[in-house]
Amino acid sequence: MELNWMAWTWPTAIFFLVIASTLVVMTVLAVKFPEREKVGILKIPTTRGDRLFITLLGSAFIHLGWLLVSDIQLWGALVVSAVYAFIVFRWV
Amino acid sequence: MNKWSDNRAWWLVLPVVLIVAFSAVIPLMTVVNYSFQDTFGNNEFFWEGVGWFQEVLRSDRFHDAMGRQFLFSFIILAIEIPLGIVIALAMPRKGFWVPFCLILMALPLLIPWNVVGTIWQIFGRIDIGLLGAFLDNIGVEYNYTQNTLDAWVTLVVMDVWHWTSLVVLLCYAGLQSIPDAYYQAARIDGASKWATFRYIQLPKMNRVLLIAVLLRFMDSFMIYTEPFVVTGGGPGNDTTFLSIDLVQMAIGQFDLGPAAAMSLIYFLIILLFSWVFFTVMSYLDRVEN
Repeated sequence: MELNWMAWTWPTAIFFLVIASTLVVMTVLAVKFPEREKVGILKIPTTRGDRLFITLLGSAFIHLGWLLVSDIQLWGALVVSAVYAFIVFRWV
Repeated sequence: MNKWSDNRAWWLVLPVVLIVAFSAVIPLMTVVNYSFQDTFGNNEFFWEGVGWFQEVLRSDRFHDAMGRQFLFSFIILAIEIPLGIVIALAMPRKGFWVPFCLILMALPLLIPWNVVGTIWQIFGRIDIGLLGAFLDNIGVEYNYTQNTLDAWVTLVVMDVWHWTSLVVLLCYAGLQSIPDAYYQAARIDGASKWATFRYIQLPKMNRVLLIAVLLRFMDSFMIYTEPFVVTGGGPGNDTTFLSIDLVQMAIGQFDLGPAAAMSLIYFLIILLFSWVFFTVMSYLDRVEN
């Protein structure tokens, strides 16, 4: 099948592979260790999947914010996102 | 009926997954790919990195369009939600007039977006439109093609006319689900109309109202056809909302890279709001149960 129209590049392909792998890992985890809700600082019950979603969505905005205010490379935003992910999984 | 748990049932979801993959996931992936590249046609792409995102995020054009979009959504929510509640409260609960009112309310919802746009585009014209000619005759200076305020008022009134019915119908459904016993209890306690509304009707409408707010926010935030038909984004760029700007960029200017970056930012904003609304809705559901 011709996929030229999708204009694939290695960085975007790796990005999607990481997302897909994360989803696969989360699914396996959900089967092996069924998800349980917990209530954290947001005062809403969240499962592991919810926290992943909050992490991904928040990370997207962290990256956008980084691009908006700075010209420094995006690795900094990635580090901030990692810290954010830790906070979300630990306390949300 | 007894329910049983069988993970093989997940296979039944497969058709939906395939359809969504073809209609949403693959196009979205393509947009992501486009957003990091530049093209001049011929299916040739050049790596651009995060440049387009930076350009869009820092451009006044994007900020202005987003500001207009939020303002529009805010105005129509501020009008349609209270108005919808008031009309739903005024509608009869039983009797001959119920189907009549329901059909009357449903009518604007059945009209396609571009037709609504055309109706209002003509309706507001000074030369042949009933509204425009009437306002002109009574001495009101009204011209939605040249005056920003007139254009905004026309778009807001058009949206209110088109979509308040949705809020009305949702609220009406919420009101109909309140058992008579609640009203009887309120009457025995001597509750005023306001107290009945505040402590019986409003709490019972909580969930439908949230759905109404969510639907109206999403729709108004993505509005395209009606303003495009009525004002075309003008006068100047004064009614150029995000979607109109996006189409201009993608199709008018053929700037696929910046347009892709812009649509991803747009998508993320909508996703964020949807998640917030959904979370609040689920939370209220739990509290109620």
